[in-house]
Amino acid sequence: MTRWLVRIGEALLTLWLLVTLCFVLMRAAPGGPFDVERDVTAEIRARLEARYHLDEPLPTQYLRYLGQLARGDLGPSFQYPDYSVNELIAGGLKVSVPLGIAALLLALVIGVPLGLIAGTRAGRWPDHVASGLGLIGLALPKFVLAPLLVLCFAVWLGVLPAGGWDATDLRYAILPVLALAAPNLAYVVRLTRASLIDVLASDYILAARARGIEGRDLLIHHALRPTMAPIIAWIAPATIALVTGSVVVEQVFGIPGIGRYFVQGALNRDYTLVMGVALTAGVAIIFVNLAVDALRTMIDPRLRPD
Amino acid sequence: MLTTRSLLVLALSLACSHRAVATEAVLDRGNGPEPTTLDVHLGAEVGSQNILMDLYEGLVTFAADGTIVPGMAERWEVAADGLTWTFYLRAELRWSNGEALTAAQFVASMQRALDPETAAPLASLFATIRQAPAVLHGTRPATDLGLRAPNARTVVIELTQPTALLERLVLPIAAPIHLSSLQRHGAQHTRPGNMISNGPYRLIEWTPQASLLLERNPRFHDAANVAIEHVRFHITEDANTEQKRYVAGDLDFTEVVQPGRLERLRARFGKQLRISPYLGSFYLGYNLRRAPFADQPALRRALSLAIDRDILTRYITGLGERPACTLIPPVMLGVAAPKPPDAAMTQPARNAEAQRLYAEAGYSATRPLDVELRYNTSTPHRRLALAVAAMWREQLGVHTHLVNEEWKVFVQNRRVGRITEVFRGGWIADVDDPLTFLEAFDGLGTTNWTGYQNSTFSRQLAQARVQTDPQRRLQAYAQAESLLMQAQPILPIYFYVSKHLVRDDVEGFIANPLDRHPSRWMRLRESAR
Repeated sequence: MTRWLVRIGEALLTLWLLVTLCFVLMRAAPGGPFDVERDVTAEIRARLEARYHLDEPLPTQYLRYLGQLARGDLGPSFQYPDYSVNELIAGGLKVSVPLGIAALLLALVIGVPLGLIAGTRAGRWPDHVASGLGLIGLALPKFVLAPLLVLCFAVWLGVLPAGGWDATDLRYAILPVLALAAPNLAYVVRLTRASLIDVLASDYILAARARGIEGRDLLIHHALRPTMAPIIAWIAPATIALVTGSVVVEQVFGIPGIGRYFVQGALNRDYTLVMGVALTAGVAIIFVNLAVDALRTMIDPRLRPD
Repeated sequence: MLTTRSLLVLALSLACSHRAVATEAVLDRGNGPEPTTLDVHLGAEVGSQNILMDLYEGLVTFAADGTIVPGMAERWEVAADGLTWTFYLRAELRWSNGEALTAAQFVASMQRALDPETAAPLASLFATIRQAPAVLHGTRPATDLGLRAPNARTVVIELTQPTALLERLVLPIAAPIHLSSLQRHGAQHTRPGNMISNGPYRLIEWTPQASLLLERNPRFHDAANVAIEHVRFHITEDANTEQKRYVAGDLDFTEVVQPGRLERLRARFGKQLRISPYLGSFYLGYNLRRAPFADQPALRRALSLAIDRDILTRYITGLGERPACTLIPPVMLGVAAPKPPDAAMTQPARNAEAQRLYAEAGYSATRPLDVELRYNTSTPHRRLALAVAAMWREQLGVHTHLVNEEWKVFVQNRRVGRITEVFRGGWIADVDDPLTFLEAFDGLGTTNWTGYQNSTFSRQLAQARVQTDPQRRLQAYAQAESLLMQAQPILPIYFYVSKHLVRDDVEGFIANPLDRHPSRWMRLRESAR
């Protein structure tokens, strides 16, 4: 129990450091949220700055922000004044999390069996096919794959929308999920294959074989669990990367995910939005890591404390 | 494998339903970026204004061809001195919730729009309303503005000098806002359900970064003639994606066209490609506050002459932009448009003159000009800057250092003017009034990036402003512009064009210089759908 409390304390400290660093870096960047092509008059600029408390000394602004944060309020967006940062992030997560999870599941559901097939038949044709596909998936960046998918399924075949978003219509999610899943799927295939080959060469598998255990029994009851250990370790960073959105995929398909806010927020000097998305990503990283650690402890007895 | 196959089957089985969507009476418009706000007084960029013009209507409004026609007001009168305007509202004007819309509400809305607390970016366009400068500076209350509502259907606007007022009143900032809903909901008054508007459409859905859905407003005074029941504005931040969505049949028209070779686009899209003059001017600016361009008009002219604008517009921008030797798009000045002497010269003659002036300014092959050309990071700007640098080098031997800066950094540096030498400039008119181009060079406002100051120019501009006869006013603006161009604070390159892809079955999409396309005038030809 103490161990988990310590970890939560560490997590809070990390988040505080993250917020502080973001605050300092954003304010250090040249240009501000109200530097626009059509400069506003000095009076309007002064009033805008007062409205967002940018006229106060930095330490006061920082303390004010921390106070807001303690109440769970990420503040108003500078670029989109009709919305609070909380609303923008919630709206983005509502799209990015389901898409990310769907892509992750797709990668695992297809990738693990393919990897197992390749691993058990190492050096033979099923291995070459699976590994080859894996290599293509890894080598094809999302900004190439996504437009290709649009070209193929939307422009030529005309069976799926070329972009845009409608939360009530699953067809808008299909191509983005495929584009998000592809590189991950490829990685899962290679990871599973390599891990299985390693495991199959280990002493305890040799011992099991000596006891006459072979084929499906050997794979499922003896080899599968240790094979999954690296996959589970990989799930943490993969989940974080997938649910915090992908700028490329969101751009190509015009999806209202959270990924674009990382880039847009920084370019627009939308201070509150940048802090908000950085904090969201920070929380996601810490939370997912805690969850995966718990999962690994369950699977791997060696990680359990005495 | 099962999952992949079932996905494919699912996709194919849904093919029919996807096509079916297109047959509903929905106009799907590409909107470019997400609107920053739907507060009708604050929305200043095109992405907000296009939507706001469907949701709201001011005293006057845009017809399909971009001309100004009666809106809330059925008619108006101007006093002989051009200073007092009286607008008579239509009978039975209603907000989208059914409440009556009165002249007093219009006056209160304008007061809110010009109140510095509102911080409306375009408020200064109304600086000629009586007491507006003091109100804009915050030294007088907005209720002191020269606006009156003598009765429920009459609005009187008093000016301090003749102004192209209709061209300003047509903007969203001059539309009425439902003040009690604004008070109740604050910044959230723009949400579907909260927003009460008075235009041809009302807001039904808003998914940030994805789309906005508008529905015909049955209480609009001309609702019977609004043909399209629903309009969906799609956020299409990426021009490439927008084009693909258009080709795939998801959009009825696009907000922009991806830069490409004109002939190729014409061959591919034929009549669907709509390119027409736009009230915008692209130029490079000189910083006149520091070396090497301070007090060097000959050098500035040499650099301008050495540029072959035909090559730039044909091969670099490539979408039918017109080469520019002046600041104000000729379509704005009409017959008053000046014929600059440089425009009549052939390029070899210009080059020869450029070399002469360059030498006169004290530069030569052994003592070349070293200059920084600054632009905001973007591929088209980079291509243009490279071409300009190459032309300067070839004709004059100038050493150009290209400096690209991230947007906010660039904008700040350009405004402050401490380190800039030559920088990317340009202006797109909010209002069909040449004054918006010239004003930036009058006095040291935040948009005077060059630091140009000339008392004669300011005096000419002041005289032009008070001309009551519109044609004389245009001529006076043209004279002021000629004076400005003699000093060469900028190096004009081209006049913008608007560019869209429009499906054949969209009727009522008419090209116009401000590129305004209210949905209320459009129709979808059913036979083609």
